[in-house]
Amino acid sequence: MTAPATEIALSARKLEKRFGSLVVANDINLALPKGARYALIGPNGAGKTTLINLMTGMLFPDGGKITLEGEDITALEPQSRVRRGLARTFQINTLFPGLNALEAVTLAVVERRGIAGQFWRNLSAHRESVDEAYDILSRLKLGDSCYRITRELPYGRQRLLEIALALATRPKVLLLDEPAAGVPHEESGEIFEVVAGLSDDLTLLFIEHDMHVVFRFATHIIVLVGGAIFAEGSPAEISAHPGVREVYLGTRKHG
Amino acid sequence: MLPPVFGVLFDGIAYGMLLFVLSVGLSVTLGLMNFVNLAHCAFAMVGGYTTVTLMNQFGWPFFATLPMAFIVSALASVVFERTLYRRLYRATDLDQVLLTIGLAFISVAVFAWFYGTTQQPINVPSYMRGSFAFLGINIAVYRLFLIGIGIVVTLALVFGLEYTRFGAQVRAAVDNQRMARGLGIDVDKTFALTFALGSGLAGLGGALAIEIVGLDPVFAFTYLVYVLIIVSVGGLGSIVGSFLAAILIGVSDIAGKYYVPELGAFLIYLVMLVILMWRPAGLFGRR
Amino acid sequence: MTLSDTALTPQAYIRSQSRWRPIEIVFWLSLLLPYVLFPNYLSLASQIAITAMFALSLDLILGYAGVVSLGHAAFFGIGAYTAGIFSKFVWGELFTGLLVATALAALVGYVTSFIIARFRHLTLIMITLGLGLLLHEAANSASWLTGGSDGLQGVQVWPLLGVFKFDLYGKTAYGYSLAMLFLVFLFARRIIHSPFGLALRGIRENWTRMPAIGAASRAHIRKIYTISAAMAGLAGALIAQTTETVSLETLSFERSADVLVMLVLGGAGRLYGGLIGAAVFMIARDQFSGIAPQFWYFWIGILLVVVVMALPNGILGGLSALIARWRRK
Repeated sequence: MTAPATEIALSARKLEKRFGSLVVANDINLALPKGARYALIGPNGAGKTTLINLMTGMLFPDGGKITLEGEDITALEPQSRVRRGLARTFQINTLFPGLNALEAVTLAVVERRGIAGQFWRNLSAHRESVDEAYDILSRLKLGDSCYRITRELPYGRQRLLEIALALATRPKVLLLDEPAAGVPHEESGEIFEVVAGLSDDLTLLFIEHDMHVVFRFATHIIVLVGGAIFAEGSPAEISAHPGVREVYLGTRKHG
Repeated sequence: MLPPVFGVLFDGIAYGMLLFVLSVGLSVTLGLMNFVNLAHCAFAMVGGYTTVTLMNQFGWPFFATLPMAFIVSALASVVFERTLYRRLYRATDLDQVLLTIGLAFISVAVFAWFYGTTQQPINVPSYMRGSFAFLGINIAVYRLFLIGIGIVVTLALVFGLEYTRFGAQVRAAVDNQRMARGLGIDVDKTFALTFALGSGLAGLGGALAIEIVGLDPVFAFTYLVYVLIIVSVGGLGSIVGSFLAAILIGVSDIAGKYYVPELGAFLIYLVMLVILMWRPAGLFGRR
Repeated sequence: MTLSDTALTPQAYIRSQSRWRPIEIVFWLSLLLPYVLFPNYLSLASQIAITAMFALSLDLILGYAGVVSLGHAAFFGIGAYTAGIFSKFVWGELFTGLLVATALAALVGYVTSFIIARFRHLTLIMITLGLGLLLHEAANSASWLTGGSDGLQGVQVWPLLGVFKFDLYGKTAYGYSLAMLFLVFLFARRIIHSPFGLALRGIRENWTRMPAIGAASRAHIRKIYTISAAMAGLAGALIAQTTETVSLETLSFERSADVLVMLVLGGAGRLYGGLIGAAVFMIARDQFSGIAPQFWYFWIGILLVVVVMALPNGILGGLSALIARWRRK
């Protein structure tokens, strides 16, 4: 599947997760090479967000192993995984409603720098952190609204703030859960421009429903159905795959 | 001849049964609606004072007042659910705590105003008062009655949850609210009915409590602590959990007072803390 | 916000958020007025200052980190009893007494913080309640140390700075309490405007997002809980020293519940909320001291229902909403 010489940034082997008799992850195996642009697609309820939750530690698997740059992170708590370079965004905005954008991203920066425990000096005295936060916001075109309280930001900007928060952790691997979810079609381009502009060193896996976006940005597609990997391959292979068409168009009943 | 420890056990179990009837309603509504209702024992008080009024003012027989205690408390809870509680289902824990504590404060004052602050006596039928000896231990008739009621209530609840349609709706809504709504279950109505049922049971408990522990306006707080301990130890939404926790707390309390009176309520709090730290969701709680 | 803010650099903007506002300076200066306007009420004023400190300590964990505690009086009582016992068996010097009491309260806070940080929602509420009740029972039983229900006897403190005696008029007591309150307030203010303060607000605003940005929320909670416990202990020590009595009431559930009401009344998460709430609550209680306790609590109950349904951010929240609406006109 991948050239053996390529470095694998994030991998999962034989990942399993059950809720009672409901299997949400069934023998999942995947490997993201460094710098990859992978898309994760599948019908609703296939377990895509669950997979991200498993990879990031919000859920613990019943079986299997997760490796980040060669290190086994299966037993690590979410914050430890973030510190090692694995970040994610949420499908439903999970922001800090009462903080303004600058404060929110600054918080992520000071956490990363390990100075969030300092209570003696004023926040403004931590110049580099504030500047770095502003820098990230500017790159995402959020600079001019950075003093606005998060809950007052338009939805599209909130989605960008989701990404800004994740970027502030300086991830090596970034998992994006439907980054343009709920954003009107005209504005979603802005979000994907941002995604496209991300560094080539950054490994990306994004969940997406819009096939145009998937074919435009992804070099490799993984199709998840019913908690298991149904198919994977290059965009050309996947679009020609008969089973994938059926799963999406529903010509074949599955249950 | 049984050793005195069995007498302690009997009394403890009877007390536990009373606590169970008082607590089970809160456990179910907390597990179902995630609504922290600290006014739960105020509803118990409503039931207790209903019985007192019916018996002392209107000469009703004791057993006839029990269903009324249930009904009046249930009705009172419906009023509050419609007007106030409904709006706070998605509010923070703190807001729910504050609102319901406020209501409890108000209820204490209202009952103190109408009934005074002293304990209210009632005259249960004479055959309920006595006791008899059984294998060398003293069995009080009223306590035996409490155990009977406890078992009946438990069976009714378990049977109701498992085998009735309403019960199935409650279980679905507890398990996954969104999906239950999606299946067409009127979750709001289920909440309201369950809440009324739970408060009604509290009212029944309040009425039953008069003979054993007495009734005064501070009842709303005195027993709130016990009820909260039982609910958190037993696990939210679990009837079996409440049952076992109630027995555990009832027996611990009576045994503590009998064997180590200097400790006071220390033992109960310690038991609760140990169990909560070992199992934060309670003995039978989920999550 | 306003046009002038967008002209500020990010760093300057953040700095401006922590600027002292004129109204704050007016507020603190006005706290000297009781000496002139209400010379007969200085003892009450002293108690208010101490309770305000206690409320501020609760605000740090409740208003900023979102930890609901129904047992915070435990630390108040620990501070009070420690200071009292210290003055009885060691010496009556005030500042060392404060130091020892605060240190012990901080230690107990630190140890319990490991338990507190692990739980949330009802379980956390129950654990704080249980720990508070447990301590109260233990203090009641340990009457050889605490004096039990009679209270601690024989508390005797030296004059402040060797000169100012604590008398019935409360002049020294108020000055002492007010000065300590101001110092503690400055400290709390520093915390709030620091990176740590931002992290606490993050915890309150969205618990789920914190681990996703690499935050160790539990460690943060442990830290603020310890600081809050120390502060509450300091307040308790002050009460022991200024009134030269310590009773079981300092550890009681009533005190825990009252301080919660005060904080909510004034508005949690706004630093001044606890101070305002404590003042309003205690002045009202003093004015209505004639009526029976259950009727006092009737009005508290009404107040709680009104605050929750209509004024969710307390007095200060209501005021700032009014001001915001007035500004928009």
